[in-house]
Order: sequence, then structure tokens, then C-alpha cells
Amino acid sequence: MMSVAAARALSGGQRVFVGIGLPSTAANLARRTHAGDLVLIYESGTLGSKPTRLPASIGDGILADTADAVISVPEVFNYWLQPGRIDVGFLGAAQLDKFGNINTTVIGTDYADPKVRLPGAGGAPEIAANCHEVYVVVRQSKRSFVEQVDFITSFGHGRGKGDREKLGLPGAGPTLVITDLGVMRPDPDTAELVLTQIHEGVTVEQVKEATGWDLKVAPDLTTTPAPTEAELTALRELKAAK
Amino acid sequence: MAEITSLRDAVAQLVHDGDTVALEGFTHLIPHAAGQEIIRQRRRDLTLVRMTPDIVYDQLIGAGCAKKLIFSWGGNPGVGSLHRFRDAVQNSWPVPLEIEEHSHAGMANRYVAGASGLPFAVLRGYRGTDLPKHTDTIKTITCPFTGEELAAVPAINPDVSIIHAQRADRAGNVQMWGLVGVQKEAVLAARRSLVTVEEVVDELTPVPGQVILPTWAVTAVAEVPGGAHPSYASGYSERDNEYYAYWDSIGRERDSFQRWLEEKVFTTEVAQ
Repeated sequence: MMSVAAARALSGGQRVFVGIGLPSTAANLARRTHAGDLVLIYESGTLGSKPTRLPASIGDGILADTADAVISVPEVFNYWLQPGRIDVGFLGAAQLDKFGNINTTVIGTDYADPKVRLPGAGGAPEIAANCHEVYVVVRQSKRSFVEQVDFITSFGHGRGKGDREKLGLPGAGPTLVITDLGVMRPDPDTAELVLTQIHEGVTVEQVKEATGWDLKVAPDLTTTPAPTEAELTALRELKAAK
Repeated sequence: MAEITSLRDAVAQLVHDGDTVALEGFTHLIPHAAGQEIIRQRRRDLTLVRMTPDIVYDQLIGAGCAKKLIFSWGGNPGVGSLHRFRDAVQNSWPVPLEIEEHSHAGMANRYVAGASGLPFAVLRGYRGTDLPKHTDTIKTITCPFTGEELAAVPAINPDVSIIHAQRADRAGNVQMWGLVGVQKEAVLAARRSLVTVEEVVDELTPVPGQVILPTWAVTAVAEVPGGAHPSYASGYSERDNEYYAYWDSIGRERDSFQRWLEEKVFTTEVAQ
């Protein structure tokens, strides 16, 4: 459901910066269903990849073999990401807070002596800053959805509305958070994440239970329509393709 | 002019205790065999530089070769954590590991500055993140033309950079293609360089999208077929995805890692 909901968020010929895992599954599913001309960009240096199966890593040879162009890593970040040529950045998170700030660096507040050392930033800080919008795809639990992240790896909305503007960040930041339970969007007045949609079979109580802050619920809460036959078939084909 | 030599001799001559060493390769063309030769020769106190420390750096760190890591993303791609890296950061095992942490954009620009002969690079990066609080190689600079505040990061100039490529000719000109990551910049930024190649040929056949490192820009070339395994060399081999998953079971515990070191590194002699 999470990959289907994420795929539906993409449309037309958007240029998407894709990470491996769920974002890659979602972007490839969208390209095979309603958004055939989606432009997939991977940080390993491929522009316009059209893989015939799910890539196993961001540097899977199939991404280079099916790309419009293969470029160096400095070029990806300097020429394509930094000037704002990419519409949507897809990010995951180990921790996400109520203002959409992302932590993938350390769990625990002592950086020098962390409880858990995570992989680190990778491309995420500049993806979060420079893409026009950011979609976060993450499994939801009380541990991962926290009031305030232990470390800001990638800036979301800071401590509220206007913080991005103060820093001169060009993109709109996280506009959509898609989880296995539902969808959240920043409140237009406060930038706090608000539950706007729940997936079929999920209750609001369940989502609140899996959130580490007092989650607000939009008055016009909707339910994610169940996956269509076409989406399920495309997803199965994508996962089966070798 | 690049000397064509064996992997063993190249590492013996070019990599010294205490050096700053970069082994680059962005998923593709990762110089694994060279990393294991460094372990085999028991180098110590290295400052290791790499955008994406993955399995080969897990091995070097677990074997106690490194005192410091300069990086932007450390994980086992597509699988999960690097357990030897974690053990070193969280428990100082087998030796404490100092870290200097950046983003990919920052690291890529540090190599570009190094290759360009400049002292630093500027980028629109790190804004709003906690990275500058912990990494003293991230500073702010004001653009003299617009007044915009930008991030400044110092050049990386490794003592030695090591990469893997597809081919070299007998004169030591190196040809690579496919995902070329930041390898060219890493070599040009370094004081000394070693390129391991799939094969040495009489004459290089031009390939679309190729990168050429002329012999006079490289210190040494060693022929190491399969030297990128478990990563891959486009045109020669496929990525061994199962090995990345398998590594999780080796790297997870100190005992299994030590056994792996004994069996696969210390008691294995490289060819030549």
C-alpha cells in the first residue's frame, strides 16, 4: 500500500531524484502505470533511467544501460540538483519529527557516543534543500515518529513555518509523508505534519498510537483508495522481473 | 609515466602507515582486491576517505587499518548496516575510529577542489543541518558578488587514491566507462595513484562515454581481473548482489569477521 500510495503521488513528466528501496519501487511503479514519461535520476549518475526490473542498488548496471545519459557524481549534485532542476526528491528516514526534519545520522543526543550509528547523510541534505518538493516514505512507529529528531541530517520545516525561508532554502521541503498507515501533510499555517489520509483498514487511533507526538487529524480526512487491479499487476510484474 | 606492476608491489610502494588513502568507486568499479591487499600488508593508522564506505571499508576498519574515516554515507547498500564500522564508532573495536562526516555534495566538491588545485570548494549545502556543528571542515563563506552565504569545504588531496577500471594499455593509459562516480577526481586530487584494471591490452579500443586517465596522470597500474568483486565492472562482470547480503552474516560478529580475515585475506596470496 505504501509503494502504491507513493507511486500515485508522482505524475506526468516530473523529474524525480530516486533513492533505492521504497522510493525506487514507487517511482518505477508510477512509470509503469499512470506516469510513463517520469524522468528518474539516481545519484550514482544516471539521468532518465528506464529499468526493466527493480534495481538492486543505486549503482545497478541496468540504470546506466537504460539511461539517457550517464554522468559523474559531482555533476549530479552541482549541475542538476543544486540549481533546482529536479522536481521531487524521495527520502527515507530513521527518525522523522513533527516538522518533517529527518535524521539518518545517529540515534541518541550525544553525537560522539551514539546509541546507534546510522549510515549518515548521503545526498539527502541537498536533496531536501534543493528539490522543489520532498516526499518522505517511511514505516511508521513511535520510535521513528518523534517530537524532535536527535540529529537534523536533512532540514524539513525546522521548528515551524517560515524557518526554511529564513535559511534561504529554495525548495518547499517535505510536502508529503507516506507511511504504511496513512499520509501526512504540513499544515499550511504552522508547517506541523497533520494526518490527512489513512489507508484502507487502518484506524485513526492506530496511527496516533504509532506517532510520538500528539498527532493532529485534518477535518477532511480521506481514505486511500485500495490498489487497483492494474496497480497490483504492475507491482507484481515489477517485483517478479529479473 | 605509470608503472605497470603487481598489486602487492604497488601497495607496498604506494601505501604507507599513517597515509590518507581514498578507495573510490560508486557502486561500480570498487577496488576490493586492493583494499584486501592493504589489510594483508597490515597497514595502520590510515585516514580513509570515501563517499560511500561500504563492504571494503567495513573490512579495512574491522581489520584495524584505520584511525579516521572521512565520508558521507556508510552502509551496506541495499542490505543495511556496516557492523564493523558501527562497532568501531560505538565501541572503539578493534581501535577507536575518528570520523569526519559530510554530505555527498560536500565530498564530491572536496574532490573537485582537490583535482582543480584549489584550496576549497563552495556549494549551496548543509543549510539547517546539524552536520556543521560536528564537522569542523564545514564553514560558511560570503559570496563577494551577491552576498549570499554559502558552504565552504576544504579540498581533499589524498596521499594515494586507488580505483579500479576496465582496461589499460601497456603504456599505462587507463580507460573506464559506465558509472564513473568520482574516480577521475579522486585520482587527479591525489599525490600518488594506483589503478587496478580488469586487463592490460596492447591497444585501447574507444568506448562511448569513456574516461581516459593518461599514463602521466597515474602512478601505477596493476592487472587484477575481478578486482572489483563483489561490485562489478561494466563490460566484464555483474554485481554479486548475494555477496552483499552474505557480508551481513560475516561482518555482524567479531568472531565471524576474524575467521573471514584469516581464511580469505591472510592465508590467501594474491596472484602474481
